[in-house]
Amino acid sequence: MSDQKNLTRLLQLFALAGLALLFLVPVIGSRALVQDLFGVLTLFILAQNWNLLAGFAGMVSVGQQAFVGVGAYAMFACVILLGLDPVIGIAVGGITAMILAIPMAFFSFRLAGAYFAIGTWVAAEITRLCFAQWKALGGGTGTSLPKGTTKTMFGVPEIKSWLGGSSSAASDALTYWLALILALATLIAAWLFLKSRMGLGLQSLRDNEEAACSVGVNPTRLKAWVFMLTAFGTGLCGALLFIQITRVTPEAAFSVVDWTAFVIFITVIGGIGTLPGPIIGVIVFYFLQRLLADYGTVYLIVLGCLGIAVMLFARRGLWGLFTEKTGLELLSLRQLPPEENQAH
Amino acid sequence: MILVDTLIQGILLGGLYALFAAGLSLVFGVMRLVNLAHGDLIALAAFVILSIGTALNLSPFVAVILAFPIMFAVGWGLQTCLLNHVLGDDILPPLLVTFGLSVVIQNGLLEIFTADSQKLTAGAIEVQSLALGPITVGVTPLLTFVSSVLVIFALNQIFYRTRLGRAFRATSDDSETVGLMGIRPNNVFAVATGIAMVAATIAALYLGIRANFDPSIGPARLLYAFEAVIIGGLGSLWGTLAGGVIIGVAQALGASINPEWQILSGHIAFVVVLLVRPRGLFPRSKD
Amino acid sequence: MTEPLLSTHGLKAHYGDFQALFGVDIDIKQGETIAIIGANGAGKSTLMRAITGLLKNEPDAIKLRGESIGDLSAPEVLERGISMVPEGRRLFPSLTVEENLLIGAHTRTGNGVWNLASVYEVVPVLKDRRDHPGTALSGGQQQMVAIGRALMSNPDLLLCDELSLGLAPVVIKEIYASFPTIKERGASVVVVEQDIGQAMKVADRVFCMMEGRVTLEGTPEELSREEIHNAYFGVSA
Repeated sequence: MSDQKNLTRLLQLFALAGLALLFLVPVIGSRALVQDLFGVLTLFILAQNWNLLAGFAGMVSVGQQAFVGVGAYAMFACVILLGLDPVIGIAVGGITAMILAIPMAFFSFRLAGAYFAIGTWVAAEITRLCFAQWKALGGGTGTSLPKGTTKTMFGVPEIKSWLGGSSSAASDALTYWLALILALATLIAAWLFLKSRMGLGLQSLRDNEEAACSVGVNPTRLKAWVFMLTAFGTGLCGALLFIQITRVTPEAAFSVVDWTAFVIFITVIGGIGTLPGPIIGVIVFYFLQRLLADYGTVYLIVLGCLGIAVMLFARRGLWGLFTEKTGLELLSLRQLPPEENQAH
Repeated sequence: MILVDTLIQGILLGGLYALFAAGLSLVFGVMRLVNLAHGDLIALAAFVILSIGTALNLSPFVAVILAFPIMFAVGWGLQTCLLNHVLGDDILPPLLVTFGLSVVIQNGLLEIFTADSQKLTAGAIEVQSLALGPITVGVTPLLTFVSSVLVIFALNQIFYRTRLGRAFRATSDDSETVGLMGIRPNNVFAVATGIAMVAATIAALYLGIRANFDPSIGPARLLYAFEAVIIGGLGSLWGTLAGGVIIGVAQALGASINPEWQILSGHIAFVVVLLVRPRGLFPRSKD
Repeated sequence: MTEPLLSTHGLKAHYGDFQALFGVDIDIKQGETIAIIGANGAGKSTLMRAITGLLKNEPDAIKLRGESIGDLSAPEVLERGISMVPEGRRLFPSLTVEENLLIGAHTRTGNGVWNLASVYEVVPVLKDRRDHPGTALSGGQQQMVAIGRALMSNPDLLLCDELSLGLAPVVIKEIYASFPTIKERGASVVVVEQDIGQAMKVADRVFCMMEGRVTLEGTPEELSREEIHNAYFGVSA
């Protein structure tokens, strides 16, 4: 028992050290590494948001690309049409995504169970097709950020003078740090939310909707909140992603494969319904991608098969297997009995 | 007159969507399974027809008959080896497994057949048209629509008039109690998915004759098919036909105003129908 | 002493951590009607589910004419000649009365004494309402459909789980009126009942269960009211 506690402590220490190292990457690492890790972090943010939605709230959405795309387009609109700083655009992107979530929830909540997935997918398609009509932002062919926008955005000159190197490297560093902060914030917010009364209500809802209703949980309101909050996180992430990409098209911004399919596999393989799951999943995903980069589509086939295998043989994913085998937990959501709490 | 023409084109297009959806509707009616790989299975069927046709130098209308048993076996095997193991109260595993399957099939096809677009060549019939009074209708779209009515009719007959259909309905009602009648639900499900794949093969035939296809066409077609199933009312086969026609007509009307609006107006029709009738047009009395 | 048609040997059953049966031994002879009585939660329905294969068990825990059938699935048990009228009737709502009956014979190959005609002969009202959905009938009529459905497979052994649950006494009486015909045509019968009076009237032998065990066994004539009362409620005399 105390052995296990020590091991858990050790694991937590490792996690903290890893986090510190992650913050230092732009200072000590190569620019390629920064860009790679930026991709990993953003996928993690998307995965954790989807995990909250599907794994904890039972809403299997296949329409998260709507929020990525809207976040991206809102950011582009701020920069191109209003001349605002892209960093402000990120915040606007998140808020716009949350606003879009309201009609989307109103519509897709009418569809029970598995058909919710189809409803969100259709809603995302509608959003994509509408944005393809927005001529000021390039219509169907998309548009780019004005040249130099990212080099002069908020904080970049300061980072440049501090780190040395080019403006582009400084802008990569900035987006990287923003992604890291957003990833951390998502993780902590998710943990706090799930530990809260609302979070407990949510989990009881997943286990037994009727029982949860009878003890005063309003399922629709709770689910709507989760839907909107995860839309907010996903929208922020979408805006951030496209600052780094600097070019937006409806196809890329609303890609169901890039922003939803990958994200689903990451969460499922890592461990759906567990907080560390998406972390594990994104690491596995990253190494698979590097390993199979030369084989093109084989990589997607492997990913699909892995996802299926997990659903057949280990529904709590790799993290679930790990905790089962070792008894170790990280970011545990278990409520400790009072006397154990006092011992800490 | 143009409006009437557009309407007819839309109705005929709806026939194709109803064909896409027929198998989905059956599978949902029997086992409440939402198969996200259905679109990719239609793409697979199109490639099976293409391969048979090319290898044996047959017309697609003959090749499709040889493709039926193959696709039935694919459906049967898929259900037995994979899907039966994830059916249950939790909706997540079947959704995610079929989603994974969709990605695997799509990219598997890409590996084998490359991303080049293909077509099933049916000869003169492709360009022939019929004059119905002042309106001309393509023979292929007309044939598609007639086939979709026939497929829906046949599935309905199987469902309501045969011993097999009785087992389908009973298993759908209560999969434990059917065991007491000597019925093995897993076998029933496997046969249902096999039949759904035969319907999907017919859909694939017309898909391939009417337009180019490539391994990535699955998901978009899947979406139209699901829209047809949902607005038709879950589990109602004739409702699915009606749903397909609504999507088709909406798309044709949208396209006649602005070609870019074709797909969008189909989706919007879906949303509008659901806002007015949340359970679809012809829901089965229960669930 | 001939070999029993069906016998259980130290039959145990669990639902997760909860043990519902603690070593049950019963036996049914060819042509016999037995009643299993006991209060709610005594394990009667669990016993029926175990026999029909809805709950898997040790192979040797249940024997049919000497053959071990404890680990067989429900369809396999049915093929060997055991059918059940499940608790709560469990008619198929999507099927008509006639289809509900027909599905009872779904896997039957040969002919037997029970078919649509002979079921309709015993319960004429079902014939008039053959095209109605099974669940549109009155409770008693639904119960007759469920019995008919179970008979359609021409079982050697018919298990009836809580036939009288939720039905008016006059309806219960009507249902039990068909039992002599069923027995006459060769089936052995097990009735599970909370309604002791009805059970005692039709049974050749009675088993009383309490808390997952058989607490009393005998013919209706042998057993006194006190004995049954004690076995039923667990009050020691």
